[in-house]
Amino acid sequence: MPSMIEVKGLTKYYGEHAAIHDLNFAIDRGEVIGFLGLNGAGKTTTLKVLGCVLLPTAGQVTVDGIDIARDPHEIRRRIGFLPDTPPLYSDMTVGRYLTFAAELRGVPGAEAGKAVAEAEEKTATREVDGELISSLSHGYRQRVGVAQALVHKPKLLILDEPTSGLDPVQIVEMRQTIHLLKGEHTILLSSHILSEISQTCDRLLVIQHGEIVAQGSEQELASSLGGGGTIEVEVAGPSARAIEAARTVAGIGEGTVLREGDGIALISLQGAPDLRPKVARALVQNGIDLLRIDRGAARLESIFLKLTAGPPQ
Amino acid sequence: MSATLLIARRELGAYLRSMTGYVIAAAVLIINGLLFNAFALGGPDKLSAEVLSLFFYFSSGTTIIASVFISMRLLAEERQTGTLVLLTSSPVHDWEIVLGKFLSAFAFLAIITLATVYMPALIFVNGKISFGHLVAGYLGLLLLGSATLAIGTFGSALARTQVLAAIFSGCMVVALIVCWLLAKVTERPLQDVFVSMALHGKHFPPFQSGTVHLRDVVYYLMVTYIALFSATRVMEARRWR
Repeated sequence: MPSMIEVKGLTKYYGEHAAIHDLNFAIDRGEVIGFLGLNGAGKTTTLKVLGCVLLPTAGQVTVDGIDIARDPHEIRRRIGFLPDTPPLYSDMTVGRYLTFAAELRGVPGAEAGKAVAEAEEKTATREVDGELISSLSHGYRQRVGVAQALVHKPKLLILDEPTSGLDPVQIVEMRQTIHLLKGEHTILLSSHILSEISQTCDRLLVIQHGEIVAQGSEQELASSLGGGGTIEVEVAGPSARAIEAARTVAGIGEGTVLREGDGIALISLQGAPDLRPKVARALVQNGIDLLRIDRGAARLESIFLKLTAGPPQ
Repeated sequence: MSATLLIARRELGAYLRSMTGYVIAAAVLIINGLLFNAFALGGPDKLSAEVLSLFFYFSSGTTIIASVFISMRLLAEERQTGTLVLLTSSPVHDWEIVLGKFLSAFAFLAIITLATVYMPALIFVNGKISFGHLVAGYLGLLLLGSATLAIGTFGSALARTQVLAAIFSGCMVVALIVCWLLAKVTERPLQDVFVSMALHGKHFPPFQSGTVHLRDVVYYLMVTYIALFSATRVMEARRWR
């Protein structure tokens, strides 16, 4: 069975400017892929091409084995697309809007009600079914945006910044919604919130200046960058002694002091998170009071910063 | 239901739910009523047929202006608010989007136009007019409205904002109306070209006086087709940009 998405040499020009250049990647069925990149890196353009909203300048894209240039109409039946701004008609109620979206995507009128109810169930929007979209909060609007993307049960869901502008509670709710959708759909989502990508996605695609600069799981990316991850330790006492003690463990690299004051130091150590028990023992054996030890919280951030640190082309 | 009818139904609902739709309808009916009272009924005594002819003449002007305002939002507003993506990412052809939008605007204009029927009814009750004259006049208004709305749809496809769409459409409509004046100051064969292109001066007066010529019907249908075809091409071209 072919991959859900296969992209070969995808290029898109806006006038003289290449928004994306020679992209190559594949996404298997059922995967949840995080699409990472700075503003203007080419994420939205790529997602719009995959969503059949824009046509590519060059390259080949197949979705579910169908060539995007040959039969975009057929591909649109198999995808659900949430753009960065949810395409909501504010003068409609949620229920009528979702029914319209379902029928537009080919759900027969008699089955549209059931499809809408299921989509509302998955996105927790059932209670606002009769409300005007203009009266909804930002969080609900985002969820209705996701509901319209999945109301026709597409094989592929493309979500561009689904958590954009949400507060922390709404982000958690959206993450739960995406977790619920896992398995039923192949999901490609972009986000600026790295912790969300880290917790939601199986694999990452990192785009920079219109080119894919890395792809793989978070662990694979960390390993390929030579870091193998980081460990964060909080100790009572001078940081230099703690770093010296921790580095006696094989596999632990350089230590960076993140914060120091009032006799307490927060240190980030280069090394695989699996080494945490050994580091803890080493610190205790050297007479250092260990207050906390954890996997590096900023791991994905540091990977992202390393990958996107290159100069603009 | 086909995608075209789905889009047309949604869009018509949007007109009927919006304040703008009611403002346009109210403005057309008030202006039509005032012009009818002041010029068609007022002045020296006239035959009923002349009064009806004047009614259609004034109505043609308000139909053209209303069409530009009704159609300016069709695609430009969707692009402005970002909702066009819902349609362009759905399994719907661009021509279905354009046709659905156009049909909704046409249905709304038809409702407004038919709401003016009380004025001819007054002439019918108090004078003597033929039913054929009435039908021909309204057919002319709807055909003129269809052509102007299609031009407006094309303008709305070109523009990024509603105001720009109204300006584009207004310019195109005025250019086609001015063809009639240009025909008067040019010589053949250029004159024939201008005459055949004139949106109002050449093709509407027969309807106004109760006569239906196939050439006039074909002209308005052709303008409608060409404008909608162009709007579809603009939509398709935007996917490449």
